[in-house]
Amino acid sequence: MSEMVVEKLKKRFSASVLDSYSFRDENTVVIKKEDLVAICRYLKSDPELSFDFLSDLCGVDYMGREPRFEVVYHLFSINKHHRIRLKAMVGEGEKISSVVGLWSTADWHEREAFDMYGIIFEGHPNLTRILMPENWDGHPLRKDYPLKGR
Amino acid sequence: MAETKNMILNMGPQHPSTHGVLRLILELDGETVVKLTPEIGYLHRGVEKLGENLTYHQFIPLTDREDYIASLSNNLAYCMTVEKLLGMEVPPRAMVARVLLTELQRIASHLIWLGTFGLDIGAMSLFFYCMRERETILDMFEACAGARLTINYFRIGGIAKDLPEGFEKRVRDFIDILPEKMKNDYERIFQDNKIVRIRTEGVGIISKEDAVDLGLSGPLLRACGVPWDIRKSNPYCGYETYEFDIPTGKTGDVFDRYLVRMEEMRQSLKIVQQALDRLPGGAFLADDPKICLPPKQKVMTEMESLIHHFKIVSEGFDPPVGEVYHSIETPRGELGFYIVSDGSNKPYRLRFRPPSFVNLESLAKMAEGKLIGDLIAIIGALDPVMGEVDR
Repeated sequence: MSEMVVEKLKKRFSASVLDSYSFRDENTVVIKKEDLVAICRYLKSDPELSFDFLSDLCGVDYMGREPRFEVVYHLFSINKHHRIRLKAMVGEGEKISSVVGLWSTADWHEREAFDMYGIIFEGHPNLTRILMPENWDGHPLRKDYPLKGR
Repeated sequence: MAETKNMILNMGPQHPSTHGVLRLILELDGETVVKLTPEIGYLHRGVEKLGENLTYHQFIPLTDREDYIASLSNNLAYCMTVEKLLGMEVPPRAMVARVLLTELQRIASHLIWLGTFGLDIGAMSLFFYCMRERETILDMFEACAGARLTINYFRIGGIAKDLPEGFEKRVRDFIDILPEKMKNDYERIFQDNKIVRIRTEGVGIISKEDAVDLGLSGPLLRACGVPWDIRKSNPYCGYETYEFDIPTGKTGDVFDRYLVRMEEMRQSLKIVQQALDRLPGGAFLADDPKICLPPKQKVMTEMESLIHHFKIVSEGFDPPVGEVYHSIETPRGELGFYIVSDGSNKPYRLRFRPPSFVNLESLAKMAEGKLIGDLIAIIGALDPVMGEVDR
C-alpha cells in the first residue's frame, strides 16, 4: 500500500528523492534535507496520502560516514492506516528545518534529537536540552561518546 | 491600585500527584495556570545507549523497566520488532498466550490508573478495590514468570516457558468476577459520585485536531472521538481474528477518558475470553536453535543443544542488515521500536517511541488557562509513567 506513496513522491519530487527501498514491507524514502518541509507538507495535505500523524522522529549517528547524521521520520495516516519512513541526512554542525509547524508533536522529539546528537533544527521555537541537564557537556547517543567512565 | 505580579510555583519532582518524578514549573495568576513548563529527565537512564551495547536477548529485561506498569506490553513490542527484523514466525500457542497476557496487563494497568486517579482527586476507597483486583492479575503473572512487576516473560520467538498448570481456571474465575466488581464497586463509588463528576466533567478538554497534531495516542486520543486503535488499524498477533469494539468519547474531557478506559477493560475481558477458548496446544517457542534458547533438559543431555545455548548466551545472533519499525497498542498508546541493524549481534540503533513521553507533551495545551486544581485531575487522566518518559 505504501508503495503508492513512494511512487507519488518520486513523481512529484523527482529531484529531491535520493533513494528509496523496501525491507520487511516497510518503505523508506531518503530525501534531500533542503526539501524536507515541502515534502512533509505535501505528504500531510494530499488527500490520498493524508499523513496527519507523526509517530516518531529520531536521530541516528553513522560515525565515519559523510554526512554523519540521519534524521528519521515515521509518518502514519490515521484515516488510511499506512506508514512511511522518511530519512534526511545532516552533517555535523549543519542545520535541518524543523517540522514543528506541521506536527506540533515534533517539538519534544526534535529537542531530544538535539539533546542526544546535537542536531540543530532550524526554526524550532525552543531548542534546548530535554532529558539531560541544561549544563551537560556532550551528546550521549553519539557513537564517540563513551558508554561509561567519563 | 496595587500592581500585581504572576507567581512562579514549582510542582514536583517529589509530589504525590505527579506519578513519579515529573516537575512542572507553573506561572500562576491567582489560581489560574498561565504557563506550564514540564521538566523531565529525572529518571533518564540512557536505555537507548545501553541497547546499542547489549545483544538482542539481553535487552528484553530493560524493556520491563520502561513502562513498569505494563511491562508485558513493552516485552511484546520489543520482541515483535526483533522478530520482524529476523522475518521470524511465532508458534500459534505463543501468539494466543501473548494476546491473553497483554490484555490482562491492560486491565491491570487501567486498574492501577483508576485507583491512583481516584486518589489524586480525593476518592480514597476506590484505590483499595482496584488494587484488590489488580493483585489477582499479578498473582497470575507471578505463577507464569515468577515476577509481578517486571515480568520479563516474552522471548524472541515466543514465550519463556509454558503457561502454568491451572492458569486457565484462574483466568476464568477472574473473568467471572471483574464485571460485577466494576459495576458494583468502581462505578458506584466513582462514577455516581457528584464530586467526581464536578472534578472531571468539562475538564482538560482537547479537540480532535489538536490531539492528532500533538501526537496523542491510546485512550486519550480515543476519548477525543478518534477511533484509532493499532490492534484494529494495523493488526498484529492475530488481533484481526478477535471480536472487540473500540470505545470512543465525545468531548475529550477527563470524564471521557475515564469512560473509555472502563470500556476498554470490558473489551479486554472479551478478548481474554476468546483467547482462552482458542488457546491451542503445541510449542510455545519457535524451533530455531540459532535464535531461541533450547530447553534446559536438552542443554544438559545433548551436545548440540549445549553448543547452541552457549552461542546464544555468549554471542547472541546476527540478524540481517536492515531497519524496522514496529508499534503496538499498549495501555497508554502507540509504543514503537525502531531498530537499525548493521548485521552484528547488537543493534546499531535502538529507538523507543514511548507513548507517555508524547502524551505528556500536550499537558500544557490542556492545562493552560485552567485552574490549578484541575491540573491535578488532568495529570492523573494523562496516566504518564515516568520510566517511559525519561528512559
